[in-house]
Amino acid sequence: MSVVPAEVLPGSALAVEETDRDAAELGPRARLWPALVAVYRAQLSRARVARIPLLFVATFQSVGIMILMRGVVDGGAEAQAVVAGSAVLVVAFVALNLLAQYFGQLRASGGLDHYATLPVPPAAVVLGAAGAYASFTVPGTVVTAVFGCVLFGLPMAHLWVLVAVIPLAGAALAGLGAAFGLLAPRPELATVLGQLGMSAALLLGVLPADRMPEGVRFLRDLLPSTYGVEAFARTFGPHPDWAFVLGDLAVCGAVGVVSLGVATWAYRRAAVR
Amino acid sequence: MCAVRGLTKTYPAVRGRRGVPATPEVRATDDVRLDIRRGEIFGLLGPNGAGKSTLVRQLTGLMRPDSGTVEILGHDIVRHPERAARILAYLGQESTALDELTVSLAAETTGRLRGLEAREARAERDAVLDELGLAPLAGRAIKKLSGGQRRLACFAAALVGERPLLVLDEPTTGMDPVARRAVWAAVDRRRAERGTTVLLVTHNVIEAETVLDRVAVLDRGRVIACDTPVGLKEQVAGEVRVDLVWREAAPLHVPEVAALHDRAVEAGRRWTLRLAPEEARAVVATVTGGAAFAALDDFTLATPSLEDVYLALGGAARQGLVKA
Repeated sequence: MSVVPAEVLPGSALAVEETDRDAAELGPRARLWPALVAVYRAQLSRARVARIPLLFVATFQSVGIMILMRGVVDGGAEAQAVVAGSAVLVVAFVALNLLAQYFGQLRASGGLDHYATLPVPPAAVVLGAAGAYASFTVPGTVVTAVFGCVLFGLPMAHLWVLVAVIPLAGAALAGLGAAFGLLAPRPELATVLGQLGMSAALLLGVLPADRMPEGVRFLRDLLPSTYGVEAFARTFGPHPDWAFVLGDLAVCGAVGVVSLGVATWAYRRAAVR
Repeated sequence: MCAVRGLTKTYPAVRGRRGVPATPEVRATDDVRLDIRRGEIFGLLGPNGAGKSTLVRQLTGLMRPDSGTVEILGHDIVRHPERAARILAYLGQESTALDELTVSLAAETTGRLRGLEAREARAERDAVLDELGLAPLAGRAIKKLSGGQRRLACFAAALVGERPLLVLDEPTTGMDPVARRAVWAAVDRRRAERGTTVLLVTHNVIEAETVLDRVAVLDRGRVIACDTPVGLKEQVAGEVRVDLVWREAAPLHVPEVAALHDRAVEAGRRWTLRLAPEEARAVVATVTGGAAFAALDDFTLATPSLEDVYLALGGAARQGLVKA
């Protein structure tokens, strides 16, 4: 018995009538960064057409919650948690909920075929979209934070920390949203998952943690947005402990890397069926 | 340039749930064999559900076949589906990925994602939009355009970033004649200048007859014929189609008309008959004279179309091909 595999024997190649036996040169591949920037720019432009009303909704929702909580909470650590929670809630609404819906619909309608038939790295599509959705949250988050500070009389000196909180919490939540949208077998389910995620961020992020029972507090620790809220809330104190702030932000960043990785894997899986 | 051998894909049976009836196993493509030559416009013709889109999804690397091979320009697409994106441009039926972008940004972004540098992408975008007459709409969101314009804008995006093979799934759906002409002129130019090959999916018989070099007729996942449109029509050259449209009901009291009843395909007031030429002449003589003429609204006598070929070859769907 021959040990030479059939493929290497002469004349055993597949019969193809075509004359061009030599493989043609492939077209260029889109590189990660230019493709990511192109997707980001395109997604950002969608805001003009479709997203502006929703950004208002996200902001009004958070502002409304703070006004409601004003009657219950009268300053101190609880007020800090409410303001930080409401600001991060804007990120959860847009990056998690809306992105889950977007990818869910794109997948269900066959819109992913467009990207899947372009030589673009999966990470560029996922990161570009996630980055754009995280960017959508900037104005709403800033407005919410400033309004909250005025309402509860909190210092605005360290609001600059939002420069780190928005991208890191945004990465974690957008990655989660994209993964929900791409993994859900039906778009309705993607919407439900996005809504549930946002509700969790609302209830577990805005309500002060001290009043929660043990089990709920454990759930709160599992939610990536919690660490964004904690980091932000700490900076309202008279002498913020920056090591803890950095630690919380590091958790956000780590979750972001993992969830965006999962989302990229989910995209690959959804693109070729 | 594109060789397909024994391509088979079966969708598994779906068990029925509440409100959703069970569907049996469907063989969407069944041992498909095709050879597409460089520079030709090759068509896939068939009614809805014939397996055209499934076949195209397998050729573009979007779907893995159960068995069979696809080789495009020497590359094995079944083993390396990611290479398809670097060989071909695909215009699918859905535009949701581009809907909320402006025409100009959709074309530019697609070019960038096809690996063009920013400057090249902008230059190609402008050239393609001018070529297709889309420049006045460049700043409008694709979602806000009419169906035909939207389709044309997506076609423009498919052309930015040149590829040797264009795979177009019903590209002219909803387009007015001006837009259709722009599409076929753009295709012809690329064919003449660069030898671009086009794989076209259509259920439009007239379009298939006028633009295709060769056509594969699909029925229930199988290729039932593959030839030039003229060559296919020669297979039914002995037949003439007679369409009779009655004013109200067919005058069955006229014996000659009653005799034709069994051989006619009825659709409302329209009877369609496929007859030998001398028979057809006799039928026309009968219905245009005497008692039957009073009941006749309109009649046409036509040489066979690809639809007649489809039916003559045993195509299962009696309807589903469009003649417009």
